[in-house]
Amino acid sequence: MQIQQLSVFIENKPGRMAEVTEVLADAQIDIRAISVADTRDFGILRVIVDKPKEAVEALKAHGMTVTLTKVIAVGIDDKPGAFSKAVRLLSNEGFDVEYMYAFISRDKGKAFVIIRVDNGQKAAEALHANGFQILEPETIYAM
Amino acid sequence: MPNYYEPEIECASREKLREIQSKRLVQAVKRCYENVPFYKKKFDEIGLKPEDIRSIDDLPKLPFTTKQDLRDTYPFGLVAVPRGELARVHASSGTTGKQTVVAYTQNDLDVWSRSAARAIVGTGGTKEDFVHVSYGYGLFTGGLGLHDGAEKLGATVIPVSSGNTNRQVQILQDYGSDILCCTPSYAMYIGETVRDKGIDPKTLKVRIGIFGAEPWTEEMRREIEKALAIKAYDIYGLSEIAGPGVACECEEQAGMHVQEDFFFPEIIDPVTGEQLPDGEEGELVFTCIGKEALPLLRYRTRDICSLNHEPCKCGRTLVRMNKPKGRTDDMLIIRGINVFPSQIESVLLDLGMDPNYRMIVDRKNNLDTLEVQVEMNESMFADTVRSLEQVERTIADALHSTLNIAAKITLLEPKSIERSEGKAKRVIDRRNLG
Repeated sequence: MQIQQLSVFIENKPGRMAEVTEVLADAQIDIRAISVADTRDFGILRVIVDKPKEAVEALKAHGMTVTLTKVIAVGIDDKPGAFSKAVRLLSNEGFDVEYMYAFISRDKGKAFVIIRVDNGQKAAEALHANGFQILEPETIYAM
Repeated sequence: MPNYYEPEIECASREKLREIQSKRLVQAVKRCYENVPFYKKKFDEIGLKPEDIRSIDDLPKLPFTTKQDLRDTYPFGLVAVPRGELARVHASSGTTGKQTVVAYTQNDLDVWSRSAARAIVGTGGTKEDFVHVSYGYGLFTGGLGLHDGAEKLGATVIPVSSGNTNRQVQILQDYGSDILCCTPSYAMYIGETVRDKGIDPKTLKVRIGIFGAEPWTEEMRREIEKALAIKAYDIYGLSEIAGPGVACECEEQAGMHVQEDFFFPEIIDPVTGEQLPDGEEGELVFTCIGKEALPLLRYRTRDICSLNHEPCKCGRTLVRMNKPKGRTDDMLIIRGINVFPSQIESVLLDLGMDPNYRMIVDRKNNLDTLEVQVEMNESMFADTVRSLEQVERTIADALHSTLNIAAKITLLEPKSIERSEGKAKRVIDRRNLG
């Protein structure tokens, strides 16, 4: 029920983001969602793509530090209060959310949230049991 | 069975060595006094006559020679033979200021290449071996030093020189180099390149590495030995005395045997100038007792190490020096604490990290600051900011507990620190600029 997210280490210096995304472009990788966590000196670029393995290979070939991380992709109805229910559920069930970021798909009426929690598999099951849509890897890669 | 190039010297009794050394010292002192105005003046100033030096025990009577003396007499002021008798000149790499020029007669080159040949044989090299020299050729003594030593031995030299790392690896593979000679930092880089190309180092024929020209640690030795599937040996030398081969480890890897029939070593207290006994760390001082063109007396190397006169398991009686921690002029004084770059390297390797780092020293509000930049590798990388900050804290804590110094740690992308093909530049000291 979890999907693979690329995490790329980048130094905070001009042009790095462009270089990373150009490598993905050259390898014909399609980006589904993207987010950056940054500190003063470095950042972690997190990307959901259509072909994670190929993307990792392309980035490594360019000497970049990259790992695959399992995250959950949750489909949420695009209306007020829908997202808060999901977050409340995770909190009540004792899941520790490391980070999250959202994107909107071409499907009308749905937003998607990528969530990284400590125990991803269990969290995905809990969300699913409470009626939330959990996206399978194939669905997301084929979007 | 151990092999020696010149067993009658390398395994001679201490008495015999002393006899050779005393005889040669007397000649060297006479040569200096009669041919080098600088030395005549120095002797006269302290009322010392060449005849006062009768044996190696009289060494402490002699004045020291310093790098500054070479600079003051630049380029050829300390040369003891007429210009026409010189066979070659080299120059120091100028890592610590203005370059210094050194000169050799044909006999001097012979002394040096014999030393380098002994060094190669000491590491297990033979005349059957292909010796791959990746030190830079030119004014720097590294390239030609090992080159001449290997030729003297009758081995086959591959004079690759430094640079073009892909070609270095290609040659290691295709020519079947048996012995690799370069700086330890370049050996690491070659090792990385081998790994990046997906080559199993065990498939390379190379079995011996002879690395020097910069201080390196035991941890670094283990890394290089693993990366290239070789035995790595430390070689020591400096152009003022000759070049690489002044001292080198034998197969025991238990200290570097000094070619003391040509280069007589002492350890002194760098402040008082007093000789220190075996085992005590101090500044290494050399007297050239077998050279003609530049027979420096009590030359202060600024390298910090100790000596050991115990006979070695390999059978050699030649005194051993341990790995210099660094030059006194590589030493940084940060908030009153002495720090050698090699200590940072040790800490990183102990933590299982790659020794790819750079130190940036600055002064802010009259307080020294140290930033240590460390390259990331995959094993250190995790997806969260929290865990990367933990990596930074781990390094900072380890530096603090070993060196007692607070450092700001900055993680860099892999390969972002420039790889050196010669001596690695590890320190950027901005304190002197303002």
